[in-house]
Amino acid sequence: MGAGETQEAKTTYREAMREALREALRADDRVFLMGEDVGRYGGCFGVSLGLLEEFGPERVRDTPLSESAFVGAGIGAALAGLRPIVEIMTVNFSLLALDQILNNAATLLHMSCGQLPVPLVIRMTTGAGRQLAAQHSHSLEGWYAHIPGIRVLAPATLEDARHMLAPALADPDPVLIFEHGSLYNVSGELLPLTEPVDLDHATIRRPGTDISLITYGGSLPKALAAADELSAEGINAEVIDLRTLRPLDGAAITASVARTHRAVVIDEAWRTGSLAAEVSARIAEESFYDLDAPVERVCSAEVPMPYARRLEEAALPQTADIVAAAHRTVD
Amino acid sequence: MTVARPTRTRKDSAPPKSGKKAKTTKGNASAGVPSGRGATGHRTDLLESMLRIRRFEERCVELYSAAKIRGFVHLYIGEEAVAVGVNEALTPEDAVVSTYREHGHALARGITAEAVMAEMYGRTTGCSGGRGGSMHLFDASRRFYGGNAIVAGGLPLAAGLALADLMRGQDHVTCCFFGDGAFAEGEFHETANLAALWKLPLLLVCENNLYAMGTALERHEAQTDLAMRAASYGMVAWAVDGMDVEAVEHAARRAVEGIRTGTGPHFLELRTYRFRAHSMYDPDRYRHKAEVERWKERDPIGLLTDRMRENGELGDKELARIEQRITDEIDHAVEAAEQAPEEPVEHLLHHVTSSSAEAVS
Ligand SMILES: Cc1ncc(C[n+]2csc(CCOP(=O)(O)OP(=O)(O)O)c2C)c(N)n1
Repeated sequence: MGAGETQEAKTTYREAMREALREALRADDRVFLMGEDVGRYGGCFGVSLGLLEEFGPERVRDTPLSESAFVGAGIGAALAGLRPIVEIMTVNFSLLALDQILNNAATLLHMSCGQLPVPLVIRMTTGAGRQLAAQHSHSLEGWYAHIPGIRVLAPATLEDARHMLAPALADPDPVLIFEHGSLYNVSGELLPLTEPVDLDHATIRRPGTDISLITYGGSLPKALAAADELSAEGINAEVIDLRTLRPLDGAAITASVARTHRAVVIDEAWRTGSLAAEVSARIAEESFYDLDAPVERVCSAEVPMPYARRLEEAALPQTADIVAAAHRTVD
Repeated sequence: MTVARPTRTRKDSAPPKSGKKAKTTKGNASAGVPSGRGATGHRTDLLESMLRIRRFEERCVELYSAAKIRGFVHLYIGEEAVAVGVNEALTPEDAVVSTYREHGHALARGITAEAVMAEMYGRTTGCSGGRGGSMHLFDASRRFYGGNAIVAGGLPLAAGLALADLMRGQDHVTCCFFGDGAFAEGEFHETANLAALWKLPLLLVCENNLYAMGTALERHEAQTDLAMRAASYGMVAWAVDGMDVEAVEHAARRAVEGIRTGTGPHFLELRTYRFRAHSMYDPDRYRHKAEVERWKERDPIGLLTDRMRENGELGDKELARIEQRITDEIDHAVEAAEQAPEEPVEHLLHHVTSSSAEAVS
């Protein structure tokens, strides 16, 4: 925090998220926030700073380092009628709670034949770009998007950071929100909400006619930058922000490809078995005859994320990689 | 078992150690323990409840052999005193979380034999609509939250149910059953820490039947004194004779009373034994017949029946009447399950998310 955050009408992704949490805690006393260091420390990424003072330690609850126990406790509390928001520091650590998320949160409704809905929100950071090396940098949201019974969100803009939490809390089922670590400091003017944010649909962040750049989360700014470069060359790229990784808005993908006939899928996960693989497969299934070129994917190199800056940059999808992939489909 | 224990643990009685002669219950202090209501009628209720579980599961064996029910089926035979004794201490508003060996817990909780049997048959009338089977019995109306097949996986969930009750100022207790095998899992320790730290109204009930599948306690735990280990988290912990339903009830009542006064989680190690194999698939090669036979001398149903007979509280006629009632009940449950409709395949995707189907009918 600090330097970047000024008095202007500008806000950061971090502040937008915090405002969403504040609103949720104010609006419904069944809501509480729990996780490692969300209270006194203010959240490991500063998202919940100040909320402890405002809402007290019952509702802004520091937990022990026990991902499985406090995520499971969130599930139990949701079953009993509360609306917990559980914060996990990063997706890497969420693996210690994967059992609870997959075997309990995602399955209880179905196994109980509708008797046990789990209205739980789990927030966590994901992604690389800050030289944190392999155990803090992976993008595993695609794994979660594999699981039926949960909703997976990836807010990429200030507006989505600010406005996706309320509908996530209103969802009777478990919702996972992935916040890309490199987005927290992004700042800008928070645009007024013209219509309620819906959690079922992808959105067009930049309309275009020549190629579809399909992405989400931390890769959105890179895709938009690539679209700018391409437009300077006369290539008019459409940028699709998936926003919701499960359920995936297949119709939006199909519709975009029907307009542009070319697709580049950008995903910070490893290419093999990634969400990008799923999107590409859908294009192959649904849009085969619309395509004028093979689908291109821009993903992370198949390597545990390195620490060294040059290596990390080389491992990650970059704007130049997106532009190059676009060229391969257009040329 | 070790002798030295922290002051907060208490040993009510010890099970016979394998290889040594079984202790008989004659003169066992717990026999004189006053039960909650203490009356003859109450003992009859306990007996009937245990018999229902026993006969239900004996029928399951037949049905399994006849391929009427499938999947993993874990029988509770020998451990009935635990489910019945603990349930006596709970109110309908309390919550229960269980494992895959939960027929006994479910029946003791009041889920009907009909609903459980239909679930084993995979029918729509089952308590989980046929989606859970033997390992995943649920009943939201009875606050019965499963039916968890991941060893120790129910513990964090139970902590959350207890947390919700605590946060809303409700006087409820959440009771979580699990086996001795759960002690080796991190989730037990994470939950014990969390629950003690936050003083959650949680009753942790460890059914120590001395085996995790084929692995004996001393082969999976470095320290086999489980109550002592639980006590190290700063919770009240007792080891109790899990074959004596009245001793179980007495201990559970004390624990639940303690929990309701706000003293945080309590732990009961119930020393029990399963007379059957781990599951219907298990050839049971890892333990001696003689050991099983020794434990059968302490059959919880036999113990209570003997006690009642000695006190002139139970005659042959009364016992026959109870048995007949239960047989009728189970016959009816099987018949109803046989007749019950199967879930239409069109319902396959129902309840994946709340919007993907109507609520349970
Ligand atoms: C996490 C996990 N690991 C392994 C298993 C396989 N498994 C099923 S039951 C069991 C033994 C558990 O023993 P215990 O907890 O003592 O309970 P009991 O069966 O004796 O009631 C094992 C290893 C499992 N279900 N879950």
